[in-house]
Amino acid sequence: MSAPPAGSLTGLERDALTELVNIGVSRAAASLRKMVGAEVLLSVPSVEVIGHRRAAALIGEREAGALVAVMQEFSGAFQGRAMLIFPRANGLELVRAVVGEAMADEDAAEMETEALAETGNVILNSCLATMANMLRRSLTMSLPRVVHGDGASFLGAAEEGEGLVLFLYINFSVRDRSIRGYIAMVMDLPSLDALKELVGDFIERVMGDEGG
Amino acid sequence: MPVKVLIVDDSKLARIVAGRALAALQPDWERVEAAEAEEALALVGAGGIDAVLLDYNMPGKDGLALAAELRAGHPSMPIAVITANVQDEVIARARAIGATFVSKPLTEEGLRGFVSGAALRLRAGGA
Repeated sequence: MSAPPAGSLTGLERDALTELVNIGVSRAAASLRKMVGAEVLLSVPSVEVIGHRRAAALIGEREAGALVAVMQEFSGAFQGRAMLIFPRANGLELVRAVVGEAMADEDAAEMETEALAETGNVILNSCLATMANMLRRSLTMSLPRVVHGDGASFLGAAEEGEGLVLFLYINFSVRDRSIRGYIAMVMDLPSLDALKELVGDFIERVMGDEGG
Repeated sequence: MPVKVLIVDDSKLARIVAGRALAALQPDWERVEAAEAEEALALVGAGGIDAVLLDYNMPGKDGLALAAELRAGHPSMPIAVITANVQDEVIARARAIGATFVSKPLTEEGLRGFVSGAALRLRAGGA
């Protein structure tokens, strides 16, 4: 089997990566369900290698209004940025779901940033840790940051350009609440190459090794 | 006639993993695969399928909706829903349908309980 060109994924690599993200996000949804006390619904994950601008546009075009994101950088065997993104107006609703309805509006607003950071931390860590474990590598995660803005600003000025990125995303919503958003992960090409190797090892382990 | 098990998952890799775990537990059972719900319904409709392993999160119809449809036509068929999504509602819905909840990532150990139960049920049913 010859190596595919840089930046591309074979069918089985994409399949394996989608499955890893699916398992990671499903675990994360179970964590979020414990926090909000209502069922969390997920879409099927999407995995694409696309231009940086297209990734920024994809984040922006999915929601018309202002957005808020909880983001964490991860590094180790591969690196990138994981984000939990919602419409700005959903932030307070999520805080209410987590801390309870009894809290006064001003108190809820006051702790919105902190509650979003904590919620994002639980979800993103749960997702990344599951993926790292399945790939048998450890990842270091930065502290969560809460950022207001749009798709372009979430991807970061330092990464601007024509380069390709690996873009993973999945939609989620909370049943019976007006809370919806999505989880996105962005990795640059050197990270994608490192990730491809680990995914290749993972595929070999699950398919080849009779000992399991 | 050997027991025939249908594995339904949109991920080819996940189907391979499930097939291997199943082969380790019941080497004589036959395995067939489907990548989505409609294909699965057609295969089961054509007859000869004794048990099914379903992924939960699939494009189109999800595994629980598929399990409910299969259950309606096959009251005693062993059905397992495989997912990492361990939310109470998901587990409760699987139970309500009479499907076994099996967690992902799938291992031979994780599948053992369902396969043993299915073997017993199929023998008792004279399959």
